[in-house]
Amino acid sequence: MTYFSSVEGSLFLITALVAVVSAVMVITQRNPVYSALFLVLTFCALAVLYLLLGAQFIAMVQVIVYAGAIMVLFLFVIMLLNLDRPLETQSKLKHQRLVAGVLAAVLLVEMIYLLHRGLPTTGTQPSPPRNFGTVEEVARVLFRDFVLAFEVTSIVLLIGMIGVIVLAKRHLDEKKAAAPERILSPLRKE
Amino acid sequence: MPEYLRPYLPIFVFFLLVFGFGAVNLLLSWMLGPKKPNPKKLSPYECGITPIGDARHRYPIRFYIIAMLFILFDIEAIFLYPWAVYYKQLGLYGLVEMLIFLGILLLGYVYLWKRGAFEWE
Repeated sequence: MTYFSSVEGSLFLITALVAVVSAVMVITQRNPVYSALFLVLTFCALAVLYLLLGAQFIAMVQVIVYAGAIMVLFLFVIMLLNLDRPLETQSKLKHQRLVAGVLAAVLLVEMIYLLHRGLPTTGTQPSPPRNFGTVEEVARVLFRDFVLAFEVTSIVLLIGMIGVIVLAKRHLDEKKAAAPERILSPLRKE
Repeated sequence: MPEYLRPYLPIFVFFLLVFGFGAVNLLLSWMLGPKKPNPKKLSPYECGITPIGDARHRYPIRFYIIAMLFILFDIEAIFLYPWAVYYKQLGLYGLVEMLIFLGILLLGYVYLWKRGAFEWE
């Protein structure tokens, strides 16, 4: 009880509530653009939760990369799909809701059981130093201990670039060859 | 308040002011503003070009390319930030590893340029 009455605890409660409610809104909205905007809110709430854990750098990256760049991609992909068609209310997968509900219930029971039994926090592991999430600490670990992982990241990004071109550009080239007029004026009414 | 959260207090106050400003303005204009709607006023652009069709139009795939490349180079820039903060302690070693990282990404950049990914056509 003492934790939740502290500043930290009440901040956690509020942000956790915002995160959960906005996550539920993401999957219940009919309009996918609203879903995407609620996802931004979820990401922002997660960033605050990271801050509460002392992971400042991750919190910043969460806002810049997830709430910024990835949401731009999501919105573009939503707009890329046909939105003028009425959305399908019936899911293609049978019993999807039922299975999801059962799995969620199992996860909830597991979590309640673990919380009730008490997590092994005391004594076994020293808690990380308070500065473990600062930019300097992340940099020290990333550029000294995990150099290989860092360099491999560039390969992953490179694959991403090639993938975009292979998937999207080829498609564009084909379309241009087929109908150059349409590509030049995408906003013209068909 | 715990010590490590103290630097974020100004940001918190800033957010409160921003949201408060927005909310109070919306509320005031809703409470004080006279409401005499007519079809012209309710149209999306009262003084502008008459809208053609629906806004829910299929967008060209070019936007997807731009968004994807934006993410990739955004992540590249994110890696530069902790590197720059810690650069003095890393020294030459840090310079070399970042040059390798940037070199690999430069390969991708050259490839993108050659394939015309930056051209709007």
